[in-house]
Amino acid sequence: MIEQVAQMLVHGEAWTLKDLFVLPNEYVYWSIQIVLYPYMTGLVAGAFVLSSLYHVFGVEKLKEIARFALVFSFALLPVAMLPLLLHLQQPLRGINVMMTPHFTSAISAFGIVFMTYACIVGAEIWFVYRKFFVESLQRLEGKPDRSTAEGLLLVIYRLLSLGARDLGGEALEADHKAVKILAGLGIPVACFLHGYAGFIFGSVKANALWMTPLMPVIFICSAVVSGIALCLVSYYVFMELRKWAAKRGKNFFLPDAVVHGRAAVDYEHLRSVQNHEVKMTSKYLLIFMLLAITLELLDMIFRGYTAVRSWDALRQVIYEHDFVKIFIMQYGIGNALPFLLLLIPRITARRAALASVLVLFGVLMMRWNVVIGGQAFSLTFKGFMHYHLPIIPYDMETFKEGLGGALLVAATPFVIFYFLNMIVPAFMESRDEGH
Amino acid sequence: MMKRREFLKSAAVFVSGAAVSLSALELLDPHEVLAQNPELRWGFLVNTYNCVGCGMCVKACKIENDIPLEANVTRTWVERYVITKQGETYSDCPKGALNGFTSKQIDQNESGMKKIADADISEAFFVPKLCNQCSNPACVQVCPVGATYSTADGVVLVDRKWCIGCGYCIMGCPYGVRFFHPVEHTADKCTFCYHRISNGGNTACAQACPFGARQIGNLKDPNDPVTKAVLTERVGILREEFGTNPNVYYIGLSKEVR
Repeated sequence: MIEQVAQMLVHGEAWTLKDLFVLPNEYVYWSIQIVLYPYMTGLVAGAFVLSSLYHVFGVEKLKEIARFALVFSFALLPVAMLPLLLHLQQPLRGINVMMTPHFTSAISAFGIVFMTYACIVGAEIWFVYRKFFVESLQRLEGKPDRSTAEGLLLVIYRLLSLGARDLGGEALEADHKAVKILAGLGIPVACFLHGYAGFIFGSVKANALWMTPLMPVIFICSAVVSGIALCLVSYYVFMELRKWAAKRGKNFFLPDAVVHGRAAVDYEHLRSVQNHEVKMTSKYLLIFMLLAITLELLDMIFRGYTAVRSWDALRQVIYEHDFVKIFIMQYGIGNALPFLLLLIPRITARRAALASVLVLFGVLMMRWNVVIGGQAFSLTFKGFMHYHLPIIPYDMETFKEGLGGALLVAATPFVIFYFLNMIVPAFMESRDEGH
Repeated sequence: MMKRREFLKSAAVFVSGAAVSLSALELLDPHEVLAQNPELRWGFLVNTYNCVGCGMCVKACKIENDIPLEANVTRTWVERYVITKQGETYSDCPKGALNGFTSKQIDQNESGMKKIADADISEAFFVPKLCNQCSNPACVQVCPVGATYSTADGVVLVDRKWCIGCGYCIMGCPYGVRFFHPVEHTADKCTFCYHRISNGGNTACAQACPFGARQIGNLKDPNDPVTKAVLTERVGILREEFGTNPNVYYIGLSKEVR
């Protein structure tokens, strides 16, 4: 056996370059997928918080984007789990976490927290859309010649309505109340879900960069920032597409027009809604950004000031090896630049969307610098490891933990959203006044 | 008809009596008794003065435990430290010292080979490393599925049939002793050759060491040579600050070693 496997690469060897004194078993074991895991979880949590701003705190200005954010958050949910699954060496055993959770481990309860959160988001969507389900159901049932798509949709709506067809004032009032309660309950759970991801890193005592009690809080703040930014960008882009499609009657870009008729898809109206929502959201983005950057800088200043033994190695990683990634890409392009873009008066939707794209990039770089940066130095503090993202895969592992796997994870929520949007139209404007 | 005073009295007697007998039951729980007085606690002694960096231990370990020889991971390894007269420390561990240290040049990985003139060296030594089988193991704490566990006699093992390969234990270990087995694709680590020592044998590394630098023993037995050395000689442990309570003791541990 021993001779046959000569030259074999061990996990992590394909993308790790060692420099100076590094222990023989040290590699960058947690690579791009673990960068994406807190990133995606953060997007889920952030999108939900954005939608709750309207549902719980009654920020009327965010009404339309709130609905979109809620549905988009649900589309992002399964994808928060995907990177974890992809990075496992034994992905088929992933379910073991649910079967024998070992509760002293910070990741053992992730499945439980995640499922709780999924139930809350699912239930909230159900209450928000119940009226719509029943109305569509009645409309489709009343239609004599249904197409195959409509027939399928009818079955889906019948199932989704769960037989609750009461559209009386009292029932709808109960729906609104339930939405409010669920959205309120969802905020702490969303924060917990993501703070928890921060705890997973922050509690690794062997890692000098990760171990800080600030980590969960930093993660929550940057999660809200990235979630809002993604919603803003996606909302902007989708509305652009809808405007483009509405002008030319391209129905395939308007799933709700395909299945629900071409009712409220009017170009001028879309434009004004898009402008209003994007500008409003950008204000909230600014507030959360301030909070996130403050905490991150506090962490770094504190490390430099206290300068414990690990600081020598950390300083080299932060100020030398990863200088461009941290100070240019994360803080410069990802924080300072969009901050200025958002602060300059007379903001336009396009400028807000551009700033949000930069914010998204900045948060991704922050995750990268935490996850990869935390593995950039040896336990000996005398050596360093450089990570090289596999671009062209030559086996399953270099695909999963390379650019291909990353793009797969990044693209999936949009595919899910496209189909989800057919059933629960995220851009549908409600005409009643309830939350 | 029972009076209230009588009722309270007999109730108190009953409750205290029941409590006493129940606590007796608890005291006699055999698991707890055994846990409080286990006869066996495996420990390891490394005498760094005896190590010459031949790498026999690494080779023996890999062959014994089916870790592919050419794979760049290992359950045990030997580090070389060279300290110059200027006070600079250089260390290396080429291939975990599988083939020993055959060159005087220090392997600095990407930075190439470092030549140090003999005349500049003030001190040089070798340090074998292996799993510390901590009494408070970080790796066991962080395993999300309980696939890694401490045995009653103090060895940390991995269940290859249950490990999901998340790598959290690898991240959690402050000593870098864990890795992914290139064939099994599960977390792997030194077991003190549990299959051998449980059957009265020696660890592969200790058996292969020609200079007696490595020794396994029972820390609960005061007559065991390892225990005697730990109790009477000046020994050190690695990375005390992590609170893991390691059970591998080093004679002649230098401050340069981490």
